[in-house]
Amino acid sequence: MELPGLYREMLRARSYELAVEDLWNRGLIAGEMHLGTGEEAVAAGVVSQLGDGDGLALTHRCSPALVIRGLPLVPMLRELLGCEDGLCGGRGGHMHLFSKEHLAATSGIVGASLPTAAGFALANRRLRANRVAVGFTGTGAMNSGMALETLNLAVAWSLPLIVVCIDNGWAITTASEAVTGGGHLERARAFGLRASSVDGRDVMAVHKAAAKLVDHSRRGKGPAFLLATCPRLDGHFLGDPLLRMARQPVAEGKSTFAKVLSSATSRGGGGLKDRAGGMTRMMSVMARARRSPTRERRGDPMLAARNAMKKWKSERDRIDAEVATEIETAVEAALVGVEEGGDA
Amino acid sequence: MPELSLGRAVDRAIEDAMAKDPSIVLIGEDAPMLRAPLFARFGANRVLAAPISESAFFGAAAGAAMAGLRPVVELYMVDFIAVAFDAVLNHIAKLEGFSGGGWKAPLVIRAPSGAWYGDGGQHGQSLWGTLASIPGLAVVVASTPADAYGLMTTALSHDGPVIFMEPKLLSEEWLEFLGSGGRDTVTFDVPAEGAKAQVPVSPHTVPFGKAALRRDGSDVTIVSVAVGVHRALEAAAKLEGNGVSCEVIDLRSLRPLDVETVVGSVTKTGRLLVVDEDYREFGLAGEMAAICLEAALSPRFARVCVEDTIPYARRLEDAALPNVNRIVEAATLLVDA
Repeated sequence: MELPGLYREMLRARSYELAVEDLWNRGLIAGEMHLGTGEEAVAAGVVSQLGDGDGLALTHRCSPALVIRGLPLVPMLRELLGCEDGLCGGRGGHMHLFSKEHLAATSGIVGASLPTAAGFALANRRLRANRVAVGFTGTGAMNSGMALETLNLAVAWSLPLIVVCIDNGWAITTASEAVTGGGHLERARAFGLRASSVDGRDVMAVHKAAAKLVDHSRRGKGPAFLLATCPRLDGHFLGDPLLRMARQPVAEGKSTFAKVLSSATSRGGGGLKDRAGGMTRMMSVMARARRSPTRERRGDPMLAARNAMKKWKSERDRIDAEVATEIETAVEAALVGVEEGGDA
Repeated sequence: MPELSLGRAVDRAIEDAMAKDPSIVLIGEDAPMLRAPLFARFGANRVLAAPISESAFFGAAAGAAMAGLRPVVELYMVDFIAVAFDAVLNHIAKLEGFSGGGWKAPLVIRAPSGAWYGDGGQHGQSLWGTLASIPGLAVVVASTPADAYGLMTTALSHDGPVIFMEPKLLSEEWLEFLGSGGRDTVTFDVPAEGAKAQVPVSPHTVPFGKAALRRDGSDVTIVSVAVGVHRALEAAAKLEGNGVSCEVIDLRSLRPLDVETVVGSVTKTGRLLVVDEDYREFGLAGEMAAICLEAALSPRFARVCVEDTIPYARRLEDAALPNVNRIVEAATLLVDA
């Protein structure tokens, strides 16, 4: 696929997520909401390789890949709005979306996407010639037993599985590398997977790297692993208290800071060194959160793709208009009969 | 007596105990951020950030408890205990039995539980029925801030493993974190007395195996835990208006279980209604029926529990949970029949 097609898919995913954010802010969507903003280039570069019969197993941050995979938007939105005619009857919600037709499944259990993807790959090897499965995961999840066991299983069974590991630097609110031993590429290679890494903000680079790995697995040469680095633009989930505190320390962090200070100065507990170490580490996490890229600023893959589309300016304008219409129409259709002000 | 939310009461109990007992360590994903005050006071050697590796850090907590530490192991939600279940079921719970009673693992698993805020069926389960069926574990469930402090304090001096359940709906911090996320556009039906109250702190304890009588009554015994207790109390107030007098028992501790209080109340009322946010089959409700039968009672019996995977949509979720209307209906049928 050329850049314009990939740009369109990225924009569809981004616009969908922005619409979801608005619905969530209006209280029309319940519970947690993990936006995939920042992952669009990875999702577009990888998912554009898939066709009928290919499997896709995803995490709690699943919307970009599902939108790009071609799931119908109105039922997806109706699901998030808690409607009984939603994609899963209003019973799943955004972390538990399923489409049998697309062989696509998601899970809110960290690490669980990989064993599912391995199962899709196993079934495909037996039932559907040259079909593969892709499992998305993140660096935080790569420390779970089931994820590491899947790497081994995929090699032992020579499965047509491509693991796409997104590295956004975070494991929920902890710096990923602070709780990780070794490198992810080295781990995958040690298990025997074909592995490569890519700048996950560059959609053409992702597309090229993913094409190679998918081709490897399609040809029956076994599993592959792609490590893609990209930003997490909207925190772990909407309303992420770490981001709120980092970005608005006075309004959002005051009571937390007061509690921390009161405990840190209480009698009994660690020595000065322990307490200072604790405070220093917390400050560094806050600073890291403050440094995280934000939307439409440097580091946002959507901005990079838009700039790269300068060559196709009129086409870009047309895509922008078409995608805006597509998402607006979908949201409008999804909101029919949904009461504003009533809980989702 | 400070006024504390249920979540803060748990934090406070842990903090007070950690200040006194240097063998207590806290282990959990994002612990430095979620438990920032503890991290700042006790440092990285006692508040350990865990990778998302539940099967490893639960197993390690068991080993550490066997070797002299007293770990508090945190889960984001009890649903995720599934990932660490081998450590819980086959190791933590078995040590005392396998060692002939000579070796115990004093650790506390802090597990936020329950639904009522629309997070879907992988993030809203209660599972205490499953967990309390396992010999070798103590399982306690707090429904008020004072009990949360008292039960956690007891857990932190208990000589074996304890699963401590903290209803997310009653925990301001969890509800803000997972339910509202800074929005003021969503609302939750939070029972006030369960969420924030004056808490007698150190040395306040609540013993395991001792139920609390939350309301006196003569026609129907309602047994519950967690949010179910508050829904039952609300239902009991309505039923009073209809001339039905309900006794409401908050078990607080499922293993060990206060059989005497339940049997005593059912002997008086002759009717038993179990209200449970956990699954209906093979769980708390069946256990309550069994202890009454074993005591040679044959009360009229009904159960209002979760019968299916908890749906995500708020309206469907509420209908699936033991809401006040379901309790009123079931109690009314028990009395009418």
